[in-house]
Amino acid sequence: MRTVVILFGIPVIQLLLFGYVVTNEIKDAKIAIYDQSKDVVTRVLTQKILSSGYFKLEKDISNYDEITESFKGGKTKLVIVFEPNFARQIEKSGVAHMQIISDASEPNTANILTNYSIAITRDYLKELSPITKSPIQIIPETRMYYNPDLKGVFMFVPGIMALLLMLISAMMTSISITREKELGTMEVLLVSPLKPIQIIIGKVMPYALLSFVNACVIIFIGHFVFEVPVEGSLILLLAESILYIITALSLGILISSVTNSQQVAMLLSLIALMLPSILLSGFIFPIENMPVILQWVCQVMPPKWFIIIIKNIMLKGVGLSYVWKETLVLFMMIVVFILISIKKFNIRLE
Amino acid sequence: MRVILYIIQKEFLQLFRNKSMLPIIFVMPIIQLLVLVHAATFEMKDIRLFVVDNDQSSTSRLLISKFKGSSFYKIIGYSNSFSEAEDQLLKGNADVVFAIPQNFEKNLNYEGKEKVQLTENAINGTVAGLINVYSMGIINDFNKELIFKKGTNISAENTQKNIDITYSFWYNPELNYKTFMVPGILVLLVTIIGLMLSGMNIVREKEMGTIEQINVTPIKKYQFITGKLFPFWLIALFELAIGLTVGKLLFHIPIIGNVGYVFLTASVYLLVILGIGLFVSTLADTQQQAMFITFFFMMIFILMSGLFTSVESMPDWAQQINRLNPVAYFIKIIRMILLKGSGLFDFIKEFCSLVTLAIAMLSMSVWRYKKVV
Repeated sequence: MRTVVILFGIPVIQLLLFGYVVTNEIKDAKIAIYDQSKDVVTRVLTQKILSSGYFKLEKDISNYDEITESFKGGKTKLVIVFEPNFARQIEKSGVAHMQIISDASEPNTANILTNYSIAITRDYLKELSPITKSPIQIIPETRMYYNPDLKGVFMFVPGIMALLLMLISAMMTSISITREKELGTMEVLLVSPLKPIQIIIGKVMPYALLSFVNACVIIFIGHFVFEVPVEGSLILLLAESILYIITALSLGILISSVTNSQQVAMLLSLIALMLPSILLSGFIFPIENMPVILQWVCQVMPPKWFIIIIKNIMLKGVGLSYVWKETLVLFMMIVVFILISIKKFNIRLE
Repeated sequence: MRVILYIIQKEFLQLFRNKSMLPIIFVMPIIQLLVLVHAATFEMKDIRLFVVDNDQSSTSRLLISKFKGSSFYKIIGYSNSFSEAEDQLLKGNADVVFAIPQNFEKNLNYEGKEKVQLTENAINGTVAGLINVYSMGIINDFNKELIFKKGTNISAENTQKNIDITYSFWYNPELNYKTFMVPGILVLLVTIIGLMLSGMNIVREKEMGTIEQINVTPIKKYQFITGKLFPFWLIALFELAIGLTVGKLLFHIPIIGNVGYVFLTASVYLLVILGIGLFVSTLADTQQQAMFITFFFMMIFILMSGLFTSVESMPDWAQQINRLNPVAYFIKIIRMILLKGSGLFDFIKEFCSLVTLAIAMLSMSVWRYKKVV
């Protein structure tokens, strides 16, 4: 019973966590300002930067040493330095200098924050001297397809589905079969008139059902709580989910046929399934950025293919004609996993 | 004390005689470190760009060549029709479509401005955001170049009021993503090993029935728990040392601060983790259950820890929950020490929180563990 509660609790809580907590959007990043001139221009510019919503003033600092200090304290992400006599410099020589220093121990955040603050300053500059229009300008217009608001959940819903179905199906199956082996009850089952195939199907059936219900729960919450669209056919989506569940189950059977203790099966599933499903599947990090060897490793990860399939069906709204290749790959994997486990299983029977 | 030593000896024997567990404990983390660090990267390269050039002028070609010359982009195809480009997005062959309208050059010369269009596959919002930053950079540079070419008299006028912005990235000037990830992944590996080993250990004895044999011996509660936890504590610290060495030698992560602090923090941190594992161990009846409870908590801890995303951008209530998250503290501290050279004084608050958590977790699990069945 406790296991069932946990199995249903995990997807719901994870989805809520991902949906609300794990965002890549940056807001209220703490900054420090070293304003050496404190005049009208710097004050207004500071105001502009702080009211953008991206930044929040952590503290005003009054010398260069404090920059290091505030970075080491860990809170400040960005320091903006205005040179002395900022407003007068602009009036007289036309140019005033400001410096943006970011804590790049978080490289992406640093990069994005720096770009934001530069953009705000440029906007302000336009306000400051409206006559100065760039004589020639190419204006880029950006359109975000499939996820116009750049919501994190759009990516996490397919990812969590792939991850959880893999874990529940593969891990639970492998553990429950090795458990029978470890406790010796497998022997009892094997000498019974049941055929091995019946034993296995009986063992994996509950997990298959559980996984399927979980998949539905995830799609349901994703759709009604986080407004993730299901553009394509729902039936195709569910059919592909079943296919993926079978892939995961056969992988679980394979793991249980090569191990004899629950502990090993668990660690194997955890280390060989969980982290790769998160990191080598395109769930969070794009596969194209990885070294070529790793890209090859990704090819044998079932979640990778499944994530492509659901993203295509849910977000892009395409049909089977766009995902038949990925579907075929999953089919092939099932065949390979089952063939290997049958071979291993027979050896054990003798 | 002697009793504790005997239990420690027993645990080590049990561990080292388990031929299938050993490689998992020692080799897997290293392989994982090597693999994961390369995998967990937002460093963009070879963004797949599809170009729709409806102008075919010298200016449009020049602009496209800027994208071509950038190390971030790889042009995968050209076309005249936008619907073909859309299809490439749909098939997942292209990440972004760059469209230049007809009469681009003419409008640019006569009206002084013209729009171009970037259409991105935005399913991964972070990636789309980064692509945007890079593309804007290229177009802005190109704008400057154009202005410069048009003659200096206009640009002199243009600089009448200007703010010159210089920016610098401290602690990681090349914005190397590995530098950011390696410390985090080290924490992750140590956590997994510590939590799994301790979480499943006592349950295993329960399941096998050997716990009853221990229960009838005169071994005291604290002796049993110390004896059980010490080996895992040592193994996890050892693993951290290996991980740090690999990180330094292979990934050249900077170790600016004092490594002693890292181990000091780790030793307290591991007490929290082992305490959690032990607590789970007392709650669960089977290894399967223990596994799922630990997995459940680990997922939450890791996702909220700031390993992948910035902790500061989470909603307030999540940040309050994070005060109970040991992983978040350790990731923060290890990054501060290794990358910024922070000292004990800089992270004293986080450190004290870890100490408090350690005391709380350990006393809770000692209280829960009973010598009766």
